Amino acid sequence: MRRTAVRLVPSELLSALRDLGDRTAYTRRVPHPPTSLGLLSSPVASGGVAESATEVQGFSSDADLLAALRRGEEAAYAHLVRLHGGRMLAVAKRLLKVESEAEDAVQDAFLSAFRSLDSFEGEAKLGTWLHRIVVNASLMRLRNRKRRPETPIDDLLPRFLEDGHYLDPPQPWHDDAEQLLQDAERRRWVRDRIDTLPDTYRTVLMLRDIENLSTQDAADLLGITPNAVKIRLHRARLALREILDREFRGGER
Amino acid sequence: MTCKELVDFMVDYLSDQLPKGQKEVFELHLSLCPPCLSFLETYRETIELGRCACTNPDGPVPEAVPERLVDAILAARKAHPESDSHNR
Ligand SMILES: [Zn+2]
Repeated sequence: MRRTAVRLVPSELLSALRDLGDRTAYTRRVPHPPTSLGLLSSPVASGGVAESATEVQGFSSDADLLAALRRGEEAAYAHLVRLHGGRMLAVAKRLLKVESEAEDAVQDAFLSAFRSLDSFEGEAKLGTWLHRIVVNASLMRLRNRKRRPETPIDDLLPRFLEDGHYLDPPQPWHDDAEQLLQDAERRRWVRDRIDTLPDTYRTVLMLRDIENLSTQDAADLLGITPNAVKIRLHRARLALREILDREFRGGER
Repeated sequence: MTCKELVDFMVDYLSDQLPKGQKEVFELHLSLCPPCLSFLETYRETIELGRCACTNPDGPVPEAVPERLVDAILAARKAHPESDSHNR
């Protein structure tokens, strides 16, 4: 994969993000009319948000765009949302799985980003910065969800004999990962299997292996120790491996 | 090192965080134990499969953000200008 882990100014950004931390308080300050999506219904007329996509293309670089944002130019805000919103929505959907919640998380993220534009450091890319903010906004929503009891994943962890040998010795899979993912059907199948993991494990797997956050950054965002991140990540991978193994194992069982 | 211990060390091994001595023992075990080699390979493939399945969405990437969401975000900003760092 071409993505590289980019280390962002976490301490400052995290504290800026923590301002948003108490989402309950935040929601109180920004009351939503109860639309079906939980988004602000959009009185476009009152806002006069009329810029078309072509009118807002005048930003040749992050620096240009940032300067315009800091000057408070409406077109710059619209441009930023259109430019990065789609990718952010995809990230939020991966984490939250529910479309309407994902849209709310993207809205949270942008409002939080608008608030912390001052603390944005020019050396990071706007897209990377926003990525992190939307991950955080999605985690907030996950955390505030009513806790459903999670199915334990112990049945999916490898089992060993007392002497430390495998109870059921592993075998190679019949194809390598690249071949296994040739078809879209199968990729969807893998995504669905990941979604069956309990949130505790799924979240860590998403942050570390899919969103490419470092152990420390994931720990900061989740409010757990780096060691807990490592343990959960390992268990999540083991459980997913077991699920995939049942499908991809080479020989007859 | 038993197979069970090798599995426990796998996260650290893959992120290259095993101390040198342990890494050597890990690799020695691996070279002598086909089940552990299969386990490591399929563990790696699991990571790769998860990554590809989630970052390679079917259909054109990345989808556009719905206009009604753009509108909602811009309207929310206007409704609460104090939330802008620009207006603080
Ligand atoms: Zn072994």
